[in-house]
Amino acid sequence: MQNNHLTWIAPVKKSGLSLFLVGFVVFVGMLFTNNFTLTESALSNAVGNDSHRQLIQPHLSDLIDTTVSNKVTFIETLRSTFSEYNNTLNDRYTISATDIEAIMSEVESLGHYELAILDTVFSGQNDAGIYKAKKLSDYTGWLAGPQGKPLSEIEQIVNEKSAEINVNVSDVTNGKRIYDYDAGQYLYAITKNASSGVVAQNVGLFFVLSVLLGTLGALMYIIPEKYTGPAGIKNNNVFTNSATNGGLIGILVTVFLVVVYIALYFFPEYIIEWVSLVDPMFKVLNGSGAGSWSIYGFIYTLAIVVMGVRMFIKYRHSNYHIARTASLIFFQSSFAFLIPEILIKLNQPSTDLKNMWPLDYDFFDAWNLDSLSSSGGIGMFILVWGITLFAVGVPLFTYFFGKRWYCSWVCGCGGLAETAGDPYRQLSDKSMKAWRIERVVVHGVLVFAVVMTGAILYTYFTGVKTLAGIDTYTLRSAYGFYIGALFSGVVGTGFYPKMGNRVWCRFGCPLAAYIGFIQRFKSRFRITTNGSQCISCGNCSTYCEMGIDVRAYAQRGEDIVRSSCVGCGVCSSVCPRGVLKLENGTVDAVIDQSKKDETVNIVQVMTAEEQKALVS
Amino acid sequence: MSKLVIIGNGVAGVTVARHVRKRSDMEILIISSETEHHFSRTALMYIFMGHMKFEHTKPYEDYFWKKNRIDLKQGFVSNIDTDAKRLTLSSSEQIEYADLVLATGSKSNKFGWPGQDLPGVQGLFSYQDLELMEDNCQHAKHAVLVGGGLIGVEMAEMLLSRGIEVTFLVREDRFWGNILPAEEATLVQMHAESHGVKFRLETELSEIIAGEDGRAKSVITTSGDEIACDFVGLSAGVHPNIDVVSQSKVAVGRGILVNDYLETNIPNVYAVGDCAEIQVPEGRNRIEPLWYTGKMQGEALGKTIAGDKTEYIRGIWFNSAKFFDIEYQTYGFVANAPLDNISSFYWQHPEQALCIRINYQTDTQVVTGINTFGIRMRHEVWEKWLANNCTLKYVLQHLRDANFDPEFYRRYEQDVINTFNAQHADSQLSLSPLHWLTKRFTREQAHAK
Ligand SMILES: Cc1cc2nc3c(=O)[nH]c(=O)nc-3n(C[C@H](O)[C@H](O)[C@H](O)COP(=O)(O)OP(=O)(O)OC[C@H]3O[C@@H](n4cnc5c(N)ncnc54)[C@H](O)[C@@H]3O)c2cc1C
Ligand code: SF4
Repeated sequence: MQNNHLTWIAPVKKSGLSLFLVGFVVFVGMLFTNNFTLTESALSNAVGNDSHRQLIQPHLSDLIDTTVSNKVTFIETLRSTFSEYNNTLNDRYTISATDIEAIMSEVESLGHYELAILDTVFSGQNDAGIYKAKKLSDYTGWLAGPQGKPLSEIEQIVNEKSAEINVNVSDVTNGKRIYDYDAGQYLYAITKNASSGVVAQNVGLFFVLSVLLGTLGALMYIIPEKYTGPAGIKNNNVFTNSATNGGLIGILVTVFLVVVYIALYFFPEYIIEWVSLVDPMFKVLNGSGAGSWSIYGFIYTLAIVVMGVRMFIKYRHSNYHIARTASLIFFQSSFAFLIPEILIKLNQPSTDLKNMWPLDYDFFDAWNLDSLSSSGGIGMFILVWGITLFAVGVPLFTYFFGKRWYCSWVCGCGGLAETAGDPYRQLSDKSMKAWRIERVVVHGVLVFAVVMTGAILYTYFTGVKTLAGIDTYTLRSAYGFYIGALFSGVVGTGFYPKMGNRVWCRFGCPLAAYIGFIQRFKSRFRITTNGSQCISCGNCSTYCEMGIDVRAYAQRGEDIVRSSCVGCGVCSSVCPRGVLKLENGTVDAVIDQSKKDETVNIVQVMTAEEQKALVS
Repeated sequence: MSKLVIIGNGVAGVTVARHVRKRSDMEILIISSETEHHFSRTALMYIFMGHMKFEHTKPYEDYFWKKNRIDLKQGFVSNIDTDAKRLTLSSSEQIEYADLVLATGSKSNKFGWPGQDLPGVQGLFSYQDLELMEDNCQHAKHAVLVGGGLIGVEMAEMLLSRGIEVTFLVREDRFWGNILPAEEATLVQMHAESHGVKFRLETELSEIIAGEDGRAKSVITTSGDEIACDFVGLSAGVHPNIDVVSQSKVAVGRGILVNDYLETNIPNVYAVGDCAEIQVPEGRNRIEPLWYTGKMQGEALGKTIAGDKTEYIRGIWFNSAKFFDIEYQTYGFVANAPLDNISSFYWQHPEQALCIRINYQTDTQVVTGINTFGIRMRHEVWEKWLANNCTLKYVLQHLRDANFDPEFYRRYEQDVINTFNAQHADSQLSLSPLHWLTKRFTREQAHAK
């Protein structure tokens, strides 16, 4: 530790940290570099739907061909144009008092009513004017020409007819409304097409300066750890370092992550530079380029790989951790990252084959079922595979190996938690209260997922859009918003540095709840407690990412059988007395708790046959 | 309702309370001066090194005590009147009891070294010691540890985690020489050295010298060397803390004298844990300053007090510890030096810090004990083997049934057997076939009646 030939370690780690921070600053900084120029061609590329484009284009005239360098101004102007367009739609298509006044003043000067008046009056009002003129012509054609009617009578008729027309204004405006979902898509696409800047022109350079530099820095920080001393548990200063004890640095990281997640889910147009950064790479992979989630998938995978290297080094004395980390890296980089992109390139339905319902909550969405069932062999395979995996695979594997086969060996959420999240595992709440909340919430989410899926399947097969008075689509989007986006993303990952690395898996994941049932009631897996060796030190509970109070069992000499245990094996590693062992025992042994809390006189006497075997 | 008062909220006292509560409704009060709630003394080092915070070392959440109607009082008992069955606290408060359990733990040994009470010199036993160590280490650069036992190694690890250099004075010719045979001691020593610890073997402390600021500035060894340091750790063992009964009629030796039921000479007064000295009619009295024994004694005494009179039987001896990264376990009895009619089979890994020593009776071949370093063993299996007088041959052939290492770890049973065969040309052993149920077998067998 103090050896002189190891003096290189500190400077290398320090430079690594600096490089990482430079990479990080470049990565975040690039988000403020683009200029935005909305051209007609950018607009027509972005808004593929012709009628929508024709509707919105006049409203964007102020922006056309001007260059905006402030991203917020550009995007928010665009956003408000869309919402303004929708909000004023009814007003614009309603024949207003002003319109009628204008008509009447023409009538006054002419002395009678003429349809040509309408063209004059409404000429400046675009499509709304054309509509109003047309409607009024239809309703008041009989009034045209010098018929000697008093002006007051003409005014009254125009007023009455206008009111009649206005009542049905939504018939026309409904068709012209650009709904939020489309508006969001357009917003992203327009921003993307209108943007130009240094990042897109120098992708290679920026990639090197941000991603590669950050990765290099991280590895320079991580790898020297291997040379600081013999292998073993290295948790020194975990609770004195503000990055890992939930202190200031942890809070800053939380804020950053939450902001990034909110941007990803709700404001992807703000990360357009990141999209251009990985666009060339994704063109190679999938043939069509990057979307707003591509950068996420890429950084997510990179984080698992780099922090996986950290796991290899930190737990280099434990083959268990090495094996499961390698497995997680493999499943993330192939199943979650590469294969789906390649499937896109092959024009096949694309999916992460290791993900499954109910974690993959849109598996049973109508569009997915339709696309899978209509796209030939691979689509059919994905459909059957997806169902088999959760219906047969989960019970089978969980019976033999416990929940860990999925949660800490395969799953992508688990992959991030076990690698990038490992420095935060000690922050999970171990209290009885937290356990109570956990059980209610996670099983609640499972029920929600099952009900939601049942409802959309009902709609899919019957065509009936409501179930027990609830719109199934609303149910589905509520799940997507609250559970899919807010819970699993913003809270689940964003709060790693405050609530530990398994917030989502512990409190939110419906698949974990389902697998947990099987683990609790029908699995060979357990954590065995070694006789009465526990010294109640608390390392196991402290480093349990799932917030299980492992010590409570270990100090009573009781095996640990808990539905939430993901079998990461860290309790067994940190235990200074070798008390804990993850085992695939028999069902009987799991349930035999006769030894609970009794440690005196556990000496057993052998049967006669056994004794004979000894003597022989 | 009769009232049980327990002095000391360490593992022994708390275990008594828990086991009484499981069986009885009596009123229970624990009086202790060190901390408000029971914590794990064995985890003190991890607080210092930042692995955990104090709150993580509490084995029971704070609500536990109220829920189980175990009253807690933080205070210091200064006097016991066994005739009036009354305690006096340093606050002058008086408390009456029907049954009294003394679970006052240990104190660090000091052997009257000159300078042993200087600032910068300390042992490590209590939470207050930990706080003191935190203070003493603020600016420390070099520490000297006196006495090579378990707490010493823990202190060394703690100090190194703060970048403080450590010199270890060891009285014997090897580390923990009164317990470990030479090979094991060397293994541990080399591992500690790889972490940066410097050992001075066969060296004792003769004096601690104060600097101008009044703090320890160096130590002088019995060989006359002066070692500059700004922290001196005294880790030369512990002795029972019997201060509380010194003015009372409770009989003491080195500890509070008790019989196998943990009863003292006074009816309704018991002693348990580190402070108890168990009388052995023919032989040396036993003081067992261990976490495990404190717990087992507490369990037996809890039953007794609740009306189910239970003898404390130590059973098959076991212990475990961790020296930096090497875990150590022992079952049965392995002496530090050769004994008559006891043979020793020793296996050590050529490069890594892994070894196994199995001792057995030379004539009967019955196994008497095992030391294992870096390989975890299954407690129940070893207990069974030792209780049933298994032979060396049986044990070696079934060694993998006892393995408790995590999955995917490299296994060494074959290497062990090969080593044995190489040493004993006459008896060639082979591992018993690993039938597919072996892993369960061990457990089910252990449970079988
Ligand atoms: C650093 C360290 C590491 C250790 N590691 C291990 C290990 O790995 N394995 C192992 O088996 N053992 C270990 N031990 C030993 C183990 O911790 C003790 O054997 C065990 O804690 C003893 O428990 P106890 O209940 O007898 O006494 P204690 O835990 O000492 O509790 C006694 C309590 O009584 C209080 N008390 C004493 N007198 C009075 C009074 N007059 N009035 C009020 N309160 C009083 C004391 O303040 C103390 O809180 C370790 C000890 C230390 C210090
Ligand atoms: S880490 Fe080991 S010794 Fe410590 S409380 Fe957990 S099981 Fe017991």
